[in-house]
Amino acid sequence: MIVTILFFALALIAISGAVSLILQRHPIHSALSLIVVMVAIAGLYLLLGAQFIAAVQIIVYGGAIMVLFVFVIMLLNAGAEERTNFSRMAAYVGLPLAVVLAAGMAWWASTGSQSLPTLSGEVTQTHALAMMLFQEYAFPFELTSILVLIAILGALTLAKRESGQE
Amino acid sequence: MFLLEHLWIIPALPLLGAALNGIFLRRQSHAVINTVALGTTALAFASAVELFREFSALATASVPWVKSFFPWIWAGDFRADYALQVDQLTMVMVLVVTGVGFLIHIYSTGYMEHDGGYGRFFCYMNLFMFFMLTLVLAANYVLLFVGWEGVGLCSYLLVGFWFLKKSATDAGNKAFWVNRVGDFGFLLAMFMLFRNFGSLDFTRVLPAAASAPADPAGHFGTFTWIALALMAGACGKSAQIPLYVWLPDAMEGPTPVSALIHAATMVTAGVYVVARSHIIFLHSPIAMAVVGVIGCVTALFAATIALVQTDIKKVLAYSTISQLGYMFLACGAGAFSAGIFHLMTHAFFKALLFLAAGSVIHAMGGEQDMRKMGGLRKKIPWTYWTMLIATLAIAGVPGFSGFFSKDAILSATFLSPYGGKVLWAIGAFTVLLTAFYMFRLIFLTFFGKAEYDEHQVHVHESPKSMLVPLVILAVLSVIGGWQAAPALWGGENHFDHYLAPVFADAASSAEPSTPAMNAHTIEQQLTLVAFILATLGFFIAWWLCIKNPKLRDSLANTFSAPYRLLVGKYYVDQLYAGAIVRPLVWSSNYVLWHAIDEGLIDGTVNGVAHLTSETGGQVRRVESGNTRSYASWIVLGAVVFTSLLLWLAVR
Amino acid sequence: MVPISYFIVLSAVLFGLGVIGFLFRRNIITMFMSIELMLNAVNLAFVAFSRAFSQLQGQIFVFFVIVVAAAEAAVGLAIVILIARNRQTLNVERVNLLKL
Repeated sequence: MIVTILFFALALIAISGAVSLILQRHPIHSALSLIVVMVAIAGLYLLLGAQFIAAVQIIVYGGAIMVLFVFVIMLLNAGAEERTNFSRMAAYVGLPLAVVLAAGMAWWASTGSQSLPTLSGEVTQTHALAMMLFQEYAFPFELTSILVLIAILGALTLAKRESGQE
Repeated sequence: MFLLEHLWIIPALPLLGAALNGIFLRRQSHAVINTVALGTTALAFASAVELFREFSALATASVPWVKSFFPWIWAGDFRADYALQVDQLTMVMVLVVTGVGFLIHIYSTGYMEHDGGYGRFFCYMNLFMFFMLTLVLAANYVLLFVGWEGVGLCSYLLVGFWFLKKSATDAGNKAFWVNRVGDFGFLLAMFMLFRNFGSLDFTRVLPAAASAPADPAGHFGTFTWIALALMAGACGKSAQIPLYVWLPDAMEGPTPVSALIHAATMVTAGVYVVARSHIIFLHSPIAMAVVGVIGCVTALFAATIALVQTDIKKVLAYSTISQLGYMFLACGAGAFSAGIFHLMTHAFFKALLFLAAGSVIHAMGGEQDMRKMGGLRKKIPWTYWTMLIATLAIAGVPGFSGFFSKDAILSATFLSPYGGKVLWAIGAFTVLLTAFYMFRLIFLTFFGKAEYDEHQVHVHESPKSMLVPLVILAVLSVIGGWQAAPALWGGENHFDHYLAPVFADAASSAEPSTPAMNAHTIEQQLTLVAFILATLGFFIAWWLCIKNPKLRDSLANTFSAPYRLLVGKYYVDQLYAGAIVRPLVWSSNYVLWHAIDEGLIDGTVNGVAHLTSETGGQVRRVESGNTRSYASWIVLGAVVFTSLLLWLAVR
Repeated sequence: MVPISYFIVLSAVLFGLGVIGFLFRRNIITMFMSIELMLNAVNLAFVAFSRAFSQLQGQIFVFFVIVVAAAEAAVGLAIVILIARNRQTLNVERVNLLKL
């Protein structure tokens, strides 16, 4: 019962955050909306019993990535968006197609999935997750650490100012 | 045996003359050109005489003598060599072609004296001799066709010799195109011959045809189609109905050309082919009837037109068509050797008539209209007497060559099972017409008072180079028929005997329906009738041209509609122009050129290129450089892919 | 009780909104944020499925997705800074030197 209420509430928050994201004019407002969406999704993760993922979501996504976004917006002095319209394709074809895409997947999800069970309220063990991560998926795990290293190097190289050019 | 082993020399000699004159010696003096041209032609004639001697010494079993010089076409089962053949028929043709050709070459040295294209003229004349000799010496239909086409080419070149004159070039074109129509028939005949007999050699086809069963009467069998196709080709080359229209126009060429090509040699090629293929014609009663009817009708038709022509050369042109009709009438009646005999005598007197007419024209300074001549008898006596002899020959006056040949044809028509009394009657009536228009020509040109201004035109006799051939041909026109005097006049028909081995099968299949003694009497009576008709024609001409000239005009006024029909040559040229030429030109222009070539072919090729270009142009718009557009394309792809997956999952 | 399919539907809707945002916004940073939204929607679907089939692989995958998203965000924003420096604009339609 309470799960149902929680689900719909969180879903509503997420959707309204997403709508706000795409409708706001100033990017900083969009960024804040995105944070709202992420928190709502973290809540949904908790409902699904994935507490570790929920925590990672808040810490990494909300705490690191979105902060990065906000910093960049501040650094670049991004202002309100100007209204150009150079792509007819995007304007006239994109919206219907996006709707079709979403609707298609939603329809499939709701009609073709009798086999999916309903939510009951179990909670996953972080212990089990950690065991799987460090045993079966140790190699991808190490790879991602290298990936992060490369990303750091890349970001540094790209964003560095040329010496002498100011 | 030298020439028999090296038959190729005979056509090669004039070819050499043509090559030398045409390539190297065009701008040399007349003496040089004459030496080459006349020398090669004289050598060719001498070779022909020598060949006659060698051939006569051959044993009967070696005839026809065939010599293959190199394999020319060899494709699967089909083989056509460069092979030359000699039999009695070939011998007659070769002697006529080289002999008359040589005389005309001599004449041309005088006639073309002041022409700027002297060297070119003799080059073309020699080239013509080469092709004509190839035609008569060929041992298979393919090589014959080479000669056939070649003489058509030379006719085009020589008729359009004065190419700066539009009427001459038009006439040359017309000659070539009308011939081409006939050549199509000839080609079809060759295809059918190959299909039925597997070869085109005379020595293979003709004996095979002889042993095959004939087509039944009234039935369009294989032989009928082949013979009709050959006849179509012959109609084109020998100017019979319906393909005669080029010959009167061909008078645009110089007079020696008219004499050589359009009187003595090229136009006889059709008769030669029919005679050579006689066994095929004999196997098809329908074809024999067709040949006879075409020959007869053409003879009458052309004679009627000749009655009212005013140009001296046009009268002779229509006369040629008419006489060729006689030759085909003979072939249609089964009397092939009579047809060839008339071919030979006609070569003599018609060439003489044309050369003499050329002499008249030369004397009158270029005038060809007979109404502007008159009274030339005393002024150019040599021309007058030779032309008179030729006229007596063509009219069939007894003793002259034309008498014997025409009589042979008419009696054969009357007596033969293929002929009919009707055909004979038409032929006899044409004798009257022939006598009339020929004597009309003589009277208008040489008698009466001069219709020209004597101060403007200085009538003078032609030079010796032109007169000597006239005299020689006149002699031949007289004695040329004597060796074929039929039995009833007390002579042996040597000519028929000579050609008998060639036409042996003709004689056997044409059973006379009347016994021999009866035939003799009938022949005598027919000869008498023909003689009376010829004399009647002479008198009518004398009455209308000498005694009572004004009667001509009043007759023309009284019968004005038929008169205009004849003067307008039955409006056949206009008919062809309207019914055939105009639609052809229109369809070539609008259908073949605009619609198919420009619209369809160019359109397709350009269209493909255009389509490619357009497609490229449209596809290029995907790469717009605009990120949002790329994004929407990605979404489109995602939608397509997802739909596909969903559809597969649902199924 | 909430069937798992509701979560999938929600994920689809969020994804669609992310696509719309990506197509219709012109500011590069906002477009980037729409991409993050799409990633989040996908993560939600993964976790839902992981719960539905009682397998942990879904959550492992989400873990890796988050790591990669972080790396991508870092490098991507570095590029955005470069674009802003070179073209003096954040409007993606002005970044059109390859336009035909």
